[in-house]
This record gives sequence, C-alpha cells and structure tokens, in this order.
Amino acid sequence: MNTDEILKNIKDKFSADVLDVFKKWETRATITINPASLLQIAEYVFKDLEFRFIIATANHTKKGFEILYHFSKDDIGLIANLNVILPADKPKIESLSNMFSATNWIEREIHELYGIEFLNHPEPEKLISEGNWAEGVYPYRREFK
Amino acid sequence: MVKKTLIPIGPYHPLQEEPELFKLYCEGEIVKDIKWETGYNHRGIEQLSEKKTFDQSFFLVERICGICSTSHPFAFANAIEEAGNIEITNRAKYIRTIIGELERIHSHLLWVGLAGHFLGYNTVFMWAWKYREPVLDLFEMISGNRNSYAMFKVGGVRRDIENNKISEIVKVLDLVKKKTDMLVGAVMDDPVIHARTKGVGILSKQDIFDYAAVGPTARASGVAIDVRKDDPYAAYPLVNWKVITAEKGDVFAKAEVRLLEMYESISIVEQCLEGLKKEKEGDIEVKVKDIPAGWGTGRAEAPRGEVFHYVLTDGSNSPARHKIRAPSYTNIATFKKSCIGQTISDATISLAAVDPCYCCTERMAVAYDSKTGYRILNGNQLIALSAKRTQNIKNQS
Repeated sequence: MNTDEILKNIKDKFSADVLDVFKKWETRATITINPASLLQIAEYVFKDLEFRFIIATANHTKKGFEILYHFSKDDIGLIANLNVILPADKPKIESLSNMFSATNWIEREIHELYGIEFLNHPEPEKLISEGNWAEGVYPYRREFK
Repeated sequence: MVKKTLIPIGPYHPLQEEPELFKLYCEGEIVKDIKWETGYNHRGIEQLSEKKTFDQSFFLVERICGICSTSHPFAFANAIEEAGNIEITNRAKYIRTIIGELERIHSHLLWVGLAGHFLGYNTVFMWAWKYREPVLDLFEMISGNRNSYAMFKVGGVRRDIENNKISEIVKVLDLVKKKTDMLVGAVMDDPVIHARTKGVGILSKQDIFDYAAVGPTARASGVAIDVRKDDPYAAYPLVNWKVITAEKGDVFAKAEVRLLEMYESISIVEQCLEGLKKEKEGDIEVKVKDIPAGWGTGRAEAPRGEVFHYVLTDGSNSPARHKIRAPSYTNIATFKKSCIGQTISDATISLAAVDPCYCCTERMAVAYDSKTGYRILNGNQLIALSAKRTQNIKNQS
C-alpha cells in the first residue's frame, strides 16, 4: 500500500471524523481528526494498517492544545501524524495506553507538562514530576497576549 | 502469601554510569514486578531549544547524549533541512555518514565492554574499551574533540575530512575489524556468556510492537526496522550494507546484533571514504538563508535505535516547538517484559541489554514556575531531596 492509498483508506473509512489530510510529500503526512474519534482511528492505523507508534508531541498554541501522534510505516518510510486540537480550558482526551504500551510514558509526561488529562489511563501515576514540582503547575503551558 | 522484598538499584549505584532508580519487587530471588523512577537528569532541553537559534541548537542537542553525541544533531539537521527543503552536497552526506557510523562503532564497543563488566567478565570490558580508544582518537583527528564533535550544521558540516586523512582512518578501521573478530570470538563462543545470556530477558516480536522498541533491541527480536534503510538519509542510499537481525530476542541476540553491526559500520565508512575521494575537497555546505514556516520531522538511526526530532518553524530563526524522542525512551519501558520472572542477577543484564541511555531519555522538565513563585531547587536542596527519597526507599524495604 502506498501513501495515497493509505490516506484514502483513512479518509473513506472515517469521513465524518477526518477534518483535513495534508500530504507534504510521499513520506510525510498529517491527518487532522476529531478528538472524539482518536481511539477508533488510532486502532485502525496501529492494528489494520500496521503502523508503529513513534511518539506524541503536544504543543500549546492560540488554538488550544494540539497533540500530534507520530506513527511510522517502516516498509515505505512514511511518517503519518494524527493531529488533534483540544480546547484550552480543561483539555482531555482518551488514552491510547490500553491499546498499546508505547504511549504509557508520553501521555503521563504530557499530562505533567501541559495538564492535559488522559482518560482511562491504566497507570496514571507521575512519571517525571514526583517530588520535583508543585501540584497543578504545568511548565510547558504558554502565555498568550 | 510470600512477602515481596523491595531491592532498589540506584539512584546512585556503582553498577550504573547514570542516575536512575529501579525498584525490583522480589519474591526470594525472583523479580515479580519492576518500577522505574526518573527525574534525576532533567535539563529542559526541548524548551531551551526554543530560546536558541537553529545554529545554536545544534550544540545543545549534541549534549543530550554523552555517548552517541552526533545522533541528535543528525536527526535535528534532517528535520530542519526537511522543513526548509534543503539538499546538501554529496561530500557533506559522506562526512555525516562517516561520523554517524564511527560513532556506532565506538558506542557498540562501549556497550560490549559494559555488558562484559555486568556479567563479571572484565577481560571483555578491558579489551572492548581499549580498542574503542583509537576510534575516539579518529574523532579527535577529524573534529578536534573525542566526543561532542560539533560537526553538523544546517546545510552541511562544519569541517571537512581532507583526503590526506583517509589513509589514517582506514588504518584504524583495519585494526578495529581485527579486534572485532577477537571480541566476536570471545563473546560468541564463550560457554559462560552463553549460560548467562541465552534465554535471558526475552522480548517477543509482539512486545517490540507493543512498546514501540527500536534499534538493536527490536532487530534482536526479528523486527527488521532501521531508519537508515526505511527512510534513507545522508549517504546511506549511496552505499551497500545490510540490516542485521536475530530471532531469539534474548540478551545474547542483542549482543550478536550489535557485534555484527560493527562490521557493517566499518564497511559503510570504507565505502564513504571511497566516495569522498570522488568529491571536490571543501565542498561541504550549501548556503541557507531562511527556514520558512512549517514543520519537519527528522530521523536518524543512533547506535541505540531511531532518534526522532519534530521541529515546528514559524519563519523566525528558532524552533517554535522542538520535540525530541530518544530511542531509550521506548526501549527502557520494555523492562516490564524482559525482567519480570527473572532472577535478580539476570535482571541486571536484561536492564543493560537495551543499552539504556538515561540522559537521552530525560530531557523534558523545567522545575520552576515564575508565575506562581514556587521554589526553585538549588544544588543543596536537590541533595537533601535525594537523601530524603533514598531514606523513604530504605523505610519501604
């Protein structure tokens, strides 16, 4: 399956939840999705399309909190980024860690740095901030004028 | 009910070269559960990078890891050059590849030595580290530094490898090849090493996918992923080499993959040196004016696996967001699979088998908040905190 077929499959299967598909070139693409559909789309990408999870990047922007879930399809060198945008106020999203263990740490890390809540996380303990900084302080949040 | 005993390894332990804390929950000698505590090495590099220019960030990311110090600049350069759509010269590609592969050789030698040391086989430790030295000397000859070589920049490399240095590099490679033969013989045929590492710390293919493990850790379980082949960059598409895999997924398989990879690395460097002879001396960089707004994802195959950098650019000369994922971040998490059910002595080599790098793993946090005025920890307070937590662990056990 090449990049175009993969992107088309995702678009066709989840037409209501895929908000935008951007193919930068053959090996790079970003798919913006409805946050409520993350679990279904990630499951399709991980289990059916056999992508490998790389990491997730969170960012605080004027639009709210963005999370990019980077997935890799190694046989064609493709990096597909699933992009979700969460509201600035009480951001929360379903955890992927019940599906595979690779998101376990990064979700906890993002929670501690940005204050994004990951619902149904199997191990919602602190990863890096234990004893290091105060409750409710999210150091990677930005201030916008 | 059998009472579980907590055996702490770390945060500061003679076995470990970096601070980290493993809590082994044991019944008798068998490890029943394992927990990992981190946070001792945080330097806030991702956020620091946003305060620096692209050029300055190279020096910063080079300091993420003290062993494979070029793999982060490599991935960072790939990310920025992708964002700016920059194509570098062939000579720069060869030089980057040579640096990357020499680094893999010295890093694998370091690991073989440490693995020998963990097993109580100190002869291997001394041999491996002895023959790592000439490789570090090569770096000194090329860059002026034995580590943190500062070779990379946007659009190329900072220093050339002049053609008159090629013969010296070939000489050292010949020596390392011979000594690798010796190490392979010492490790692969030794009944004691077989007994200590075969069938120990096994990771199945399913575990690799589940934990998204990368590098030799994945390849030792038969998962043939290697960014150099899958998403080629620099001079890797210009040379011939093969991805080394093993099937068993135990500690021995990981050692086997690393040892055999050294031969491939030597071969890649030799081919790149031949390639250098065909390119014009000094043609090592292209002029870069601006990096446009956009994003780039850069990958590089470090000795421990895939390094991933995501750089968001806004048209200025600094990253707007810079995400870094070191291979150890996903590899360390596999401990849950490889160590549980083992004896304590096997757990230590299973921990070491992924070649964990903690300074790579922990870069994310800043420990203060200017708005709320929560305290900033100074050196003495950190020491006091460390003492307190160590006491807590002692009390638990």
